Amino acid sequence: MSVQAVAVEAYREALPALGASLVGGLLAGLVLGGMRSDLQTVEGLLVLVPALLATRGNVYGSFGARLATGLHQGLIEPRVRAGDRRLRAAAAAALANGVATSLFAAAAAVAILSTLGLPVAGLGRLLGIALVAGLLSGVTLTAVVVAVVFAGYRRGHNPDTLVGPLVTTTGDVFGVLFLLIAVRTVALLLGAA
Amino acid sequence: MSTTWSVRAITRAMLPVLLILTLVELGSGLVLGRFESTLLRYPSLLVLVPVTIGTAGNLGSILAARLSTAFHLGTLSFAANDETLAGNAVATVALAASIFPLVGLGAWGLTALAGSTNLPLSTVLAVSVASGLSLAVLAVLVTVVATYAAYRFELDPDDVVIPVVTNVCDVLGVVLLYLAVLLFV
Repeated sequence: MSVQAVAVEAYREALPALGASLVGGLLAGLVLGGMRSDLQTVEGLLVLVPALLATRGNVYGSFGARLATGLHQGLIEPRVRAGDRRLRAAAAAALANGVATSLFAAAAAVAILSTLGLPVAGLGRLLGIALVAGLLSGVTLTAVVVAVVFAGYRRGHNPDTLVGPLVTTTGDVFGVLFLLIAVRTVALLLGAA
Repeated sequence: MSTTWSVRAITRAMLPVLLILTLVELGSGLVLGRFESTLLRYPSLLVLVPVTIGTAGNLGSILAARLSTAFHLGTLSFAANDETLAGNAVATVALAASIFPLVGLGAWGLTALAGSTNLPLSTVLAVSVASGLSLAVLAVLVTVVATYAAYRFELDPDDVVIPVVTNVCDVLGVVLLYLAVLLFV
């Protein structure tokens, strides 16, 4: 294939996924733009944002890829049955890893910022925010990934090509949305920062 | 993927990588923290943050996935005149050139709808397009180096290259956004 043919094919294949993540990213940005006062009062929260968003993509992207592989190999059935042990294990592992990584990000951010002598909110508050945001976005993304991958597979779509754009789009939107809810919930429980 | 479908096995395979990637992403968080006051003063720049990170990571992961597949199929040679390599590099830059003007326009437009723009459209466009195009060039370099390293160390590029490239591109996206803001705002 010539350079031009390769480039045209790669461009056409990637554009829909990038378009989807563009929409998701802009919506996430809109929510983040509405969080200016929260970002100001909870010092260190902005430092956490990329890590929390990337965790959603890394954990649930890998969960979706695992489901896609499992469907291709016939290891799991494309139906949500509470009895499916493999599906439950993969979902539980994604949720546990997502929450654990979010908590680690909060603890590491507090450690790094205080070592550098930069202002940072209390460890308890940031851990609380990471926990609530990680749980809420984890449960939602698990449900979305399972539902879309299974429904897509039953309708004859390749689950591998669904997972990437799905997770980047919904992961960004839900990631920031539940971060907002987590900040406000923790503020209610612990009092304003 | 040969990992057993148990919570323990999946966690053992994933968690170490996740923790390392989190530290990498905290690096980009620290860069964001350096210009937090500018971001809070100009909401259209704050709106740019997630979409720049997302698009950056996506450009890198799409390129990495394509190069990994070409590598598995044996159609990738790592020579400067390799058609697969050159074609994908051209496509990445072309994708960035198509998407980042929309990123800037969208960020400015949404902020305008929310009623709080205080930067002209031309500035937001300059920031998004300059950071996006330089990002595309760096994403190509990072992906090629990471794929080549995986090949030399006999690692499966699917396991290693995609997460590394996605997260490194996230960080580069924030760094280039910071530099573009310094330059244009």
